[in-house]
Amino acid sequence: MIELKDVSKSFTLHNQGSAVIPVMEGASLKVAPGECVALTGASGAGKSTLMRVIYGNYLAASGQVLVGGLDVAKAEPREILALRRETLGYVSQFLRVVPRVPTLEVVAEPLLAVGCEKQAALDKAAELLKRLNIPERLWTLSPTTFSGGEQQRVNIARGFAHEYPAMLLDEPTASLDAQNRETVLSLIKEAKERGAAIVGIFHDVDARERVCDREVNVSEFTPGVAA
Amino acid sequence: MTPLLQVKGIEKRYGARIGCTDVGFDLYRGEVMGIVGESGSGKSTLLNCLAGHLEPDAGQVVFDTRADGPVDTVTMSEPERRMLSRTDWAFVHQHARDGLRMSVSAGGNIGERLMAVGDRHYGDIRDKAIDWLGRVEIEAARVDDRPTAFSGGMQQRLQIARNLVTGPRLVFMDEPTGGLDVSVQARLLDLLRGLVREMGLSAIIVTHDLAVVRLLADRLMVMKDGHVVEAGLTDQVLDDPQHAYTQLLVSSVLQV
Amino acid sequence: MSEYNFAYLDEQTKRMIRRAILKGLAVPGYQVPFASREMPMPYGWGTGGVQVSAATLTPEDTFKVIDQGADDTTNAVSIRKFFENTAGVETTEETEKATVIQTRHRIPEAKLREDQIIVYQVPIPEPLRFLEPRETETRKMHSLEEYGLMHVKLYEDISQHGAISTAYAYPVKVSDRYVMDPSPIPKFDNPKLEMDAIQLFGAGREQRIYAVPPHTKVVSLDFEDYPFEATKANHPCDLCGAEDSYLDEVIMDDAGNRMFVCSDTDYCRSRREAGHVGRLAEEDAA
Repeated sequence: MIELKDVSKSFTLHNQGSAVIPVMEGASLKVAPGECVALTGASGAGKSTLMRVIYGNYLAASGQVLVGGLDVAKAEPREILALRRETLGYVSQFLRVVPRVPTLEVVAEPLLAVGCEKQAALDKAAELLKRLNIPERLWTLSPTTFSGGEQQRVNIARGFAHEYPAMLLDEPTASLDAQNRETVLSLIKEAKERGAAIVGIFHDVDARERVCDREVNVSEFTPGVAA
Repeated sequence: MTPLLQVKGIEKRYGARIGCTDVGFDLYRGEVMGIVGESGSGKSTLLNCLAGHLEPDAGQVVFDTRADGPVDTVTMSEPERRMLSRTDWAFVHQHARDGLRMSVSAGGNIGERLMAVGDRHYGDIRDKAIDWLGRVEIEAARVDDRPTAFSGGMQQRLQIARNLVTGPRLVFMDEPTGGLDVSVQARLLDLLRGLVREMGLSAIIVTHDLAVVRLLADRLMVMKDGHVVEAGLTDQVLDDPQHAYTQLLVSSVLQV
Repeated sequence: MSEYNFAYLDEQTKRMIRRAILKGLAVPGYQVPFASREMPMPYGWGTGGVQVSAATLTPEDTFKVIDQGADDTTNAVSIRKFFENTAGVETTEETEKATVIQTRHRIPEAKLREDQIIVYQVPIPEPLRFLEPRETETRKMHSLEEYGLMHVKLYEDISQHGAISTAYAYPVKVSDRYVMDPSPIPKFDNPKLEMDAIQLFGAGREQRIYAVPPHTKVVSLDFEDYPFEATKANHPCDLCGAEDSYLDEVIMDDAGNRMFVCSDTDYCRSRREAGHVGRLAEEDAA
């Protein structure tokens, strides 16, 4: 489902003497449907960079980034947009939404984007918000005013609303209490059971061991280290 | 799938000076494209060439018309082009007063495009006008007020209603949130986003505000000195800019 | 008669105006630009109408001038005198007898015939002007038949007054093509615009001539749910008792007493001569 072949990434800082900073080299990775792979490595080793390359947020310098058959490294913007809409979900650590939109709609949005009927989408959103213990009285408010933990849970609800065949999870259990952490872990397990291919970053070692099938140490892809 | 708009090799010169040159892209149904760049970068010239307000010196602007499929709007007859701009196209000006009739009531402003395409039932026109006021969050009671009595944000929302009432498929926007308070901007952006999704609109938005494109645009084109220096997915261009100028532009934004 | 050329204007000027008139007749409702001359009267006193009349009159014509329907108002009298002096044509106050009728703000009540010409004085020929001040833009709107704006004006009327309140200079569409200002005639007269006579419109200050040939379709613009209505004061004429003529309201004293009389003085006179009597006819005669 997700496959990286010899991917490299570097940043060229044109405004700082055109310094070229290589951050990733020879990254290869394969995740099958129903499999969850954890990215590990020290802070700054390039876990988030790799996730962003897969999502198309960062442009790979070379190599192939195949998600559901599409090479994200070379795809047209609209192909990537369609991929993100239908196939590839991303739960980031930060919630980025337009102010004023009610939480329930924020969560339902990915479903509406794939053409789901409105009431069904809102029902699904409500179910997820309930599971993640967001009090119902907050559903009609914009999540921009919520606490960090609440925002994180809204973000997770949104990420799991549509059943993406491929998912990227960036610290999904960070800053959650034990009960909500359990809910998130079961959401991940359910996603795996329905065949989703998942790449995640988990600092929470226990969570990682419970949901991940394998670990990939991204330090191997750090230029100069692997060589 | 045929792109809704295919732009090929657009060039506009002002004497020896380049307005914009060698601009090409495809825009598909439902896509929102942002064009950013500093003042004088050619983004407004480009927008005006695309919308038929300026005649480009070279290039094609091929629009997938409902009746005849893809047609080059640069070479089509003026009546056809004007008809297009009253029906399938819309243009939202930066200054609402450029896009509104200030001496005509809000209802009359919204109704104009309907009457222009042949609506002759007062009651229906008025109902549609009131419905659209609601959609842009203006009270129905204001339907007979003139835009001069409206705040800047309301005027801009009225301009949007006036443009969208005929169900266009392509909207051109020139700095739609420029000159508005930040809180008013947010409301307008949210509104635009909702309308774009509900109506399946395609849009081309010229702005110098990167926050606006991040929220509204799927794709981004960065212009400098009349040239497109970088284009791609909005978040990719903003988070991983490749061109020196884009990097400068992104790093120049004050973080809050 | 004097040293004036026939009908004041020189022959070259009349030819130029006649060409504009013919073009106007060929393209009904289209505003033809013409080189309007200085006339020995101020703008707004009918300089356009006078030039069109001058180019239309022949020595055999019988000329009538009305102002708001009346033959005896200053404007009508002075224009009539002007052509008596400069053209030596016969003049009349009787609609029946006239071959050329110059008018300001009315169409006579009597049905006009094919051998008659009616010349309207027009202050502002452009019906779109009040909503679109740019001449370049209004010309483009005419050429591309973009008339949505005209209905915006009617829409505004209804939204503000509950009905189309435009009572005069009510816009019409001529021969399914051009939207035209019929000059400031009351909308009561609009149905008469489909007539047997030739209709010529002259705007001196704005330098435009336009025309409606005989038997041409002229439709007053309206909405399906607010159809056009030719309205008048709901009274009979207090002098001649006519119920079908356009009436002027005359305040008679400080107590608010008023009377309604035909605005077409010739029509009223001929009816009274034929023995018709209105409510106040006796007093008026006294």
